[in-house]
Amino acid sequence: MSAPNPESWIQVTDRGIYVAPGDFHVDPTRPVPRAVVTHGHADHARPGHGAVLATAETLAIMRHRYGERAGRSHEPMAYGETRRIGDVTLRLAPAGHVLGSAQAVLEYAGSRVVVSGDYKRGADPTCAPFEPFACDAFVTEATFGLPVFRHPDPLHEAMRLLDARRMFPERAILVGTYALGKAQRLIALLRQAGYDRPIYLHGALMGLCELYRRHGVDLGPLEPATGQAKPALAGEIVLAPPAALNDRWARRLPEPLPCMASGWMRVRQRARQRGVELPLIISDHADWDELTATLEEVAAPKVWVTHGSEEALCHWARGRGFDARALAVVGWGEEDADPEDQGQVGGEGGR
Amino acid sequence: MRAFAELLDRLVFTSSRNAKLRLMGDYFRHQPDPQRGYALAALTGALDFRSAKAGQVRDLVATRVDPVLFGWSYDYVGDLAETVALIWPARHGANRPPDIAEVVGELERAHRKRVPDLIERWLDALDPTERWALLKLITGGLRVGVSQRLAKTALAEAFGADLTDIEEVWHGLSPPYEELFAWLEGRREKPIIDARAAFRPLMLANPLADEEVERLDVEAYRAEWKWDGIRVQIVAGNGNRRLFSRTGEDITNTFPEIAEAMDFDAVLDGELLVVRDGEVASFNDLQQRLNRKTVTQKMLRDSPAHVRLYDILFEREEDLRPLGFDDRRARLERWHARARPARMDLSELLPVAALDDLRQLREEARQRGIEGLMLKRADSAYVAGRPKGPWYKWKRDPLSVDAVLMYAQRGHGKRSSFFSDYTFGTWRPDRENGGWELVPVGKAYFGFTDVELRRLDKWVRDHTVDRFGPVRAVSPELVLEIAFDAVHPSTRHKSGVAMRFPRVSRIRWDKPASEADLLETLEAMVER
Ligand SMILES: [Zn+2]
Ligand SMILES: [Zn+2]
Repeated sequence: MSAPNPESWIQVTDRGIYVAPGDFHVDPTRPVPRAVVTHGHADHARPGHGAVLATAETLAIMRHRYGERAGRSHEPMAYGETRRIGDVTLRLAPAGHVLGSAQAVLEYAGSRVVVSGDYKRGADPTCAPFEPFACDAFVTEATFGLPVFRHPDPLHEAMRLLDARRMFPERAILVGTYALGKAQRLIALLRQAGYDRPIYLHGALMGLCELYRRHGVDLGPLEPATGQAKPALAGEIVLAPPAALNDRWARRLPEPLPCMASGWMRVRQRARQRGVELPLIISDHADWDELTATLEEVAAPKVWVTHGSEEALCHWARGRGFDARALAVVGWGEEDADPEDQGQVGGEGGR
Repeated sequence: MRAFAELLDRLVFTSSRNAKLRLMGDYFRHQPDPQRGYALAALTGALDFRSAKAGQVRDLVATRVDPVLFGWSYDYVGDLAETVALIWPARHGANRPPDIAEVVGELERAHRKRVPDLIERWLDALDPTERWALLKLITGGLRVGVSQRLAKTALAEAFGADLTDIEEVWHGLSPPYEELFAWLEGRREKPIIDARAAFRPLMLANPLADEEVERLDVEAYRAEWKWDGIRVQIVAGNGNRRLFSRTGEDITNTFPEIAEAMDFDAVLDGELLVVRDGEVASFNDLQQRLNRKTVTQKMLRDSPAHVRLYDILFEREEDLRPLGFDDRRARLERWHARARPARMDLSELLPVAALDDLRQLREEARQRGIEGLMLKRADSAYVAGRPKGPWYKWKRDPLSVDAVLMYAQRGHGKRSSFFSDYTFGTWRPDRENGGWELVPVGKAYFGFTDVELRRLDKWVRDHTVDRFGPVRAVSPELVLEIAFDAVHPSTRHKSGVAMRFPRVSRIRWDKPASEADLLETLEAMVER
């Protein structure tokens, strides 16, 4: 007997991706009785579910963010471990996106579907690297699904900050970063570049940095930016949520030089709209080359594309003989909207 | 190409003048010859590659990239050079990355037909930021917000030299300026150049403060109208014909009719104006011409340029700058009567015997649509810079209206956390819906103190009714008293008028918006 068609057992409902033979959702966008969560970003990990199954790191992030509302029961699963849910076998494999991020590898009656969540292929000292799994259908993100998005070497980008520091020693180097993933990765990159001074943080970033640390990610000396004397921050690197960059919060800093770490910074107009003087192209999402290489590598005959430039990646994939289509999951990718729409201080996301 | 690309990339995002100077200075100090010289040439607009066109770049990319993906990408990015730079499927290691000197050299030598091959080879060897810089460089228009003057200032600051000295030698030098850098680094003497073609830094006037008026020794001064055009220096003779702006920017090509009239041997100081049928046109007309790189026959016909002369610096070889103003004026008048140059007349000397005459003239300026008066000491030598005492400008009192704040935009640099750019409007009858509507009449971003800025910023945040990117629309409640020098008719503005030098003179926290001025009040101030 041949394996069932992936479409016959994976469905898109108004709550997200539903795995019928296991009766659970992956990254549901509304409360459900049973959820598998790939990673802690707010558009994938929502509050109010019944049972939540995820890596221990992702569960810790959810508890940090949502407290009581993080789900009624939590089932941690390690990478590589397998678990049977109904008629489905589930395994979590590293996605290389942020701490604890995982792909959900789902098997049912000999058919395998991988819901990769958000992922990247570049090295990141703050999380486990992406592990490719051959499958029958691969659900991929396409946040940077246009061939203009090619991320440069992130270490080189981080070093541009050190250069700016040298050239403008009287100014605070203020970098907008998202609270989960980007902030910690940038800190780790700066440490890799040999920078060992304290790095100053906006209050909204402190908690998750502390959480990373508890999970064994060494970030070196970190200090709160609030409460420091203004002149003391001259020549120092200060990290804050993007919305704080051009806001009143920044007035506590001496002549802040606004920088922003994001894959969107590749496009100059985007950076200019944000009033950024030093754009750093550092992303936690796969760029065009990584997306296309990953599709070739996992070699799934069916490719389902979510949040981002679905049509461009589908166009490319069809040209290569994949059966590709856009998968409209309402609510995914909201963290990845234009930075200008990011709204209030404390907005978190994962670009 | 790496360092040059990084410099351009940083400049594009940097709005503060100081930070730009720092970035350029750092580059000039740390990069080797001849690369830094070609970079300097690129920044000052001294390079011009007629052989490379945007169309060639577009054709090239079509041979390498799926047209559908390119189309979507171009739509998204919005700039051709940038899209190509980002999307180009490079073959790293295929070629050695070129430096800027190599790019300039090869493009100058290459036959037009070989240019696409060259560009393709370079695109393959460079990274995205370098490709972007390359394409900006060869297709013209770096647009990184750096004027020739700013680049020279960066040089002066980087090497602790005098800007005036750099400007003196500038026009005798050409890319890659190795002798200039050698001199700046103290490795050789100041270059000797053909002084005949050089720009001479101008003598500038100080504003006359109210309290200085009474003390002015009127008899020692000569008075002229203060013309509302742009200050220019004409350098002609010895085969040279050059028109410089007040900052030493060469604008000869923008005003070919003036260049054509430079059939003499002298260095002259004057005001560039658009003069139509003997009447001086508004500054807007001149602005239109300044903004155009190519000059059309229509522009020459509709907005003919004219220079109103007020000083002579050289007559043939003779340097007249050490003479007093009266002596130079006599030489200027004699020279003008003899040379009879086309498109040039003399700025008349106004009869003034006492302070009251001056006051009366200043009043008259308003009716005649003139900015104010220039006062020059009769015995003043022509000295570069802005010495205190010999020359004054005495502007007439500004005009003012009460307008209503409509939109506020984030400022740049130090002001980027403040809503500091204000669009204001005045009332006119709303013909469609009845009642009154506000129509924007101008934009101001200075005239207030830091304390007032903080208060305005808070007011804007508290009264925002809509947001579009960096712009906030506010509820029409706050009245700003706007001072301005003049108002002209304009077809490009919805209101039909354009203000000259608008600034906030007072914030009328007390005044209800309904009592702000009407558009017709502003229209009545238009000078014809
Ligand atoms: Zn996502
Ligand atoms: Zn994510």
